Amino acid sequence: MIRMSFLKNDKPGRWFLGILLVVSVIVPVANLLVPQSSVFHLSTYTVTLLGKYLSYALLALSVDLVWGYLGILSLGHGAFFALGGYVMGMYLMRQIGDRGVYGDPVLPDFMVFLDWSELPWFWYGFDQFWFAALMIILVPGVLAFVFGYLAFRSRVTGVYLSIITQAMTYALMLAFFRNEMGFGGNNGLTDFKDILGFSLREDSTRIVLFLASVMALAIGYVLSRYIVSSRLGLACVAIRDAESRSRFIGYRVEHIKLGIFVFSAALAGIAGALYVPQVGIINPGEFSPLNSIELVIWVAIGGRGTLYGAVIGALLVNYSKTYFTAALPDVWLYALGAMFVLVTLYLPKGIVGLKNLRAAKEGASA
Amino acid sequence: MKPLGVLKEFSRRDRVFEFLIKPEPPELDLTHNIILYLEGLNKSFDGFKAINELNLYIEAGELRCIIGPNGAGKSTMMDIITGKTRPDSGQAWFGQRLNLLEMDEPEIAEVGIGRKFQKPTVFEMMSVLQNLELAMAQDKRLWPLLRAHLSGEQRDLIDEVLEIIGLTDLASEPAAKLSHGQKQWLEIGMLLMQKPALLLVDEPVAGMTHQEMERTAELLTTLAGKHSVIVVEHDMDFVRSIARTVTVLHQGSVLAEGSMAQMQDDPRVIEVYLGE
Repeated sequence: MIRMSFLKNDKPGRWFLGILLVVSVIVPVANLLVPQSSVFHLSTYTVTLLGKYLSYALLALSVDLVWGYLGILSLGHGAFFALGGYVMGMYLMRQIGDRGVYGDPVLPDFMVFLDWSELPWFWYGFDQFWFAALMIILVPGVLAFVFGYLAFRSRVTGVYLSIITQAMTYALMLAFFRNEMGFGGNNGLTDFKDILGFSLREDSTRIVLFLASVMALAIGYVLSRYIVSSRLGLACVAIRDAESRSRFIGYRVEHIKLGIFVFSAALAGIAGALYVPQVGIINPGEFSPLNSIELVIWVAIGGRGTLYGAVIGALLVNYSKTYFTAALPDVWLYALGAMFVLVTLYLPKGIVGLKNLRAAKEGASA
Repeated sequence: MKPLGVLKEFSRRDRVFEFLIKPEPPELDLTHNIILYLEGLNKSFDGFKAINELNLYIEAGELRCIIGPNGAGKSTMMDIITGKTRPDSGQAWFGQRLNLLEMDEPEIAEVGIGRKFQKPTVFEMMSVLQNLELAMAQDKRLWPLLRAHLSGEQRDLIDEVLEIIGLTDLASEPAAKLSHGQKQWLEIGMLLMQKPALLLVDEPVAGMTHQEMERTAELLTTLAGKHSVIVVEHDMDFVRSIARTVTVLHQGSVLAEGSMAQMQDDPRVIEVYLGE
């Protein structure tokens, strides 16, 4: 089957996977086994927060795959994330059953509130986890396929492509804001109770969700690394650097772009699906173009075209966001802006570029 | 019974539907030892006759230099051969059986005509080896690319090409670090990876140092024999150093053809070109 030799040449990647493994052991122990009085105890709140960061990291990874390796600057990847999240949200809504405020055994609360008498057809099947799991990949994947097929076939590239991805997520946001769409309007989907029969309020469920996020990030990383170190990855970089030239040697640029774009959208969808049960809500705000832009900034700060750089960027920016919005709420946006400007000016290759920069300096002075 | 009969007809397993059979281009046929026929070609742009009743025959394994003043129709001729431009009238055949005028650019590249443009465009970020690997004739669809591994045979081909273009020692260097001349050779190497029968080389020594020029002359001479090579070049010293047969183009048609020595003595050639 798949040869694992591609990980041999990826030292930072092995470090990264190693750290994930360590974290996946330490965090459950610190949360469940260490007594609350101990300084080493990790609160469930923190565990959930970490899980949220990890799903963001997976999202950043999916952006880096298309931006860093194919040169497609997608400013609408948040849409795939939100769609994955909505699919998971629909499953969680159906899991509530008759425990909602209105006690209707089938209809979610917001439908009862809107006086709907029966479940819309597109809500069918979401009471089954396997169906929802399939849709988490299919819905973003199909949207990416249709969108990408049209865009890449017409050879839309560069800024124009970025603008239409932005328009896509904005259009989806407006659509999901409408109550008539059947996805809860501007309140979105919330008040979840169970996942697969396990209460979302239990510490153990939170830990399992956290571990699922770790797993998803690790698998997403390995698959992405496999792609970029294959000959397909080489062709991607060729397309990024000289698109017409790659066409001239016989590469079907549209097919390659479409394939990677769809894979990336599916990753983003999975990230969204892991995000929602940990955060407990999904609303149309997730489609906001600002979110998609912010996540491009994570990748830029971490360093694009390395995969692990995107992860570092996502974790760092989101940790600072949590810190700043709690300690100095007014400063956050300035801090984010300043970080972006500083990185662009002094670290064009992002934080992971620091290592190479130092190596280059040493080489120059020697 | 009739629909059932139709159904039976459709489910017969000993037959394949016509439309499912991929038409195979005929093989390159070199029975008369001529690889390229250009006959009675005409092409005009807005009334300007770029190509005028052009007749040209290239033998298999030949190294042919084509010279001529600016506007003599050299580039247009190359464009017609590679399918970039369609002639107004005339014939262009690759071997005995392949009609170049019925094929488009990728098809022509597929049957074995490679073209090196004047400006080298290699993938700068990648190593020399990776450049060659990408250019290799291979299945270029998504899934096969993902599962592709460098086979021993492919590795041998790459080594062979590296040897020919003299970049064996630089195989793992990024292409950006190469000199201008080395980039040109790499580009020729990338052409060779596609195993072309005919190579069209456009001004290979423009901007090269003297040593690089000598090395290029050597390279092109080695290639002839195994491949047919057409070189379009302005640099007379260079043409003199490699040419066995020279064709002089003038106003879209062949003015004279022969060895370099004959050309230098031909009064018509001197008048339009060499004398200037």
